Amino acid sequence: MDHRPQQWGRPRDDVYGAYDASYMQNNGPNQHTQQPIVTGTSVVAIKFKDGVVIAADNLASYGSLARFTNVKRLRTFAGTSVVGFGGDVSDMQYLDRHLNELAIDEAYTSEAGHTLNGRNLHKYLSKLLYHRRSKFDPLWNHLLVAGLDEDDKPFLAAADLLGTTFTSPSLATGFGSVLAQPIMRRYAPDEESAAKLTKEEAVDIIKECMKVLFYRDARSMDEYSIAVVTKEGVELKENEKLEKQSWAFADRIKGYGTQTV
Amino acid sequence: MTSIGTGYDLSNSTFSPDGRNFQVEYAVKAVENGGTSVGIRAKDGVVLAVEKVVTSKLLKPGANKRIATIDRNLGVVYSGMIPDGRHFVDRARDEARSWRDTFKTGIPTSDLASRMGGYLQAYTLYQSVRPFGITAIIGGFDSELEAPVDGEVGSGPSVGAGGKGTGTHGGPGLYMIEPSGMYWGYYGAATGKGRQAAKAELEKLDLAAGTLSLHDAVKEAARIIYFAQQDNKDKEFELEMTWISGVNGPTKGRHEHVPKELMEEAERLAKKSLDDDDEDEEKSEEKSDDKMEE
Repeated sequence: MDHRPQQWGRPRDDVYGAYDASYMQNNGPNQHTQQPIVTGTSVVAIKFKDGVVIAADNLASYGSLARFTNVKRLRTFAGTSVVGFGGDVSDMQYLDRHLNELAIDEAYTSEAGHTLNGRNLHKYLSKLLYHRRSKFDPLWNHLLVAGLDEDDKPFLAAADLLGTTFTSPSLATGFGSVLAQPIMRRYAPDEESAAKLTKEEAVDIIKECMKVLFYRDARSMDEYSIAVVTKEGVELKENEKLEKQSWAFADRIKGYGTQTV
Repeated sequence: MTSIGTGYDLSNSTFSPDGRNFQVEYAVKAVENGGTSVGIRAKDGVVLAVEKVVTSKLLKPGANKRIATIDRNLGVVYSGMIPDGRHFVDRARDEARSWRDTFKTGIPTSDLASRMGGYLQAYTLYQSVRPFGITAIIGGFDSELEAPVDGEVGSGPSVGAGGKGTGTHGGPGLYMIEPSGMYWGYYGAATGKGRQAAKAELEKLDLAAGTLSLHDAVKEAARIIYFAQQDNKDKEFELEMTWISGVNGPTKGRHEHVPKELMEEAERLAKKSLDDDDEDEEKSEEKSDDKMEE
């Protein structure tokens, strides 16, 4: 019998035959994230004269299953900015913890007025996302950052899982970029018209977008969070419900599922 | 000192025959020369205050903060050797962060005090190190609300497995850690040069009754710092004060510097109370003079 230490605890070759070591090997490349798992759908946001309104519904889907129905996808940063997360929820949680740590670090020196504003936060997050995509291990999110810039002017920008950034008076991620963006552009085609919107108008536009998204986006829900970011701070409401829904159009839609008439 | 020449004061980690660690006692001496620090645990929050001796006219007033934020809801003030205090703060921040990494929630004030107490105590054990030349006062307000888990997205089940228990928890906390690593929780704590006078004043407040409001505590803290400073009036000093309230209080559960208006108000009242005391003294002196003449 083989008494060498490397054989201790192993099935005896003379009884069971030589161990097929190929089972232990992992042939093939290392694989990082290939797809998001639990996902949040659209985030929509629009600038107005004093700040930014941002909203996202409270649903986290597991594929097409509406798995978690009270997931808050708007996160405040340092009481001055809001990050809206579309895409993978676990990556969102990772980023949220990371931002929490960052905000605490910032608070050490906040007396000197170093707190990051919306623009700084967006730059930071986009660099982080780009760094992760460059490691071929992306954080599967599409973010909207709502806040103020260094002149206390409204700031709104997006960053996606590749680290791509863009900005506009109104922005939407996911299905919202197709369904909500045209609605918002109707009211705010450019910075000048966005700067004329009042807070109430901006909130109404966002609510309208959320309603359209609920009607037409199959991964959406009628409960949502909405935040208004201004110089005065962040006003976040996390358990809003869509109002004045009308499904009157529904019975005219034909061609899907089982049709009896 | 009786120990001189006995050799037991030369290094840490060696007891003297009568059971003392002289290095620790010398560290306490270093603290006794530092600017006075005061902490008050009020009914609805904690106040930390420190007397910053102005060592040079070239220092910018209001700059060079001495009270440090550890986590959002935790602050530390210390008397003694400032570089030692800075290191203490760094370590406390590391502890708070690692607690968050592990438990996904902020460190309770009592646990931070425990960790830091353990850390300071380790510096009394080895020949290769010296004890910290500071006494630190840790103030915190543990959230009385349900503590959220960092990064949590939902609220979870309301009952059953994973459901939430009821009952009150959280509240203000105040701890003082000495160079030996010993720490206690206090209603009111004072250390540094003016500690004797400050402690006497703190005792008069009857903090154990739990009736003093946070705003009044700010004013008392300012007054006590001014009062304790009286003995060396020739030295210029600056008052620095921070406070922590609950989520529904003025700081929304955060450790923050006391806002300018309240600070000025507190200092005005502090100076006034000192002036009043002086007048009283003068009057009593006059009276005694009268008696002498009789």
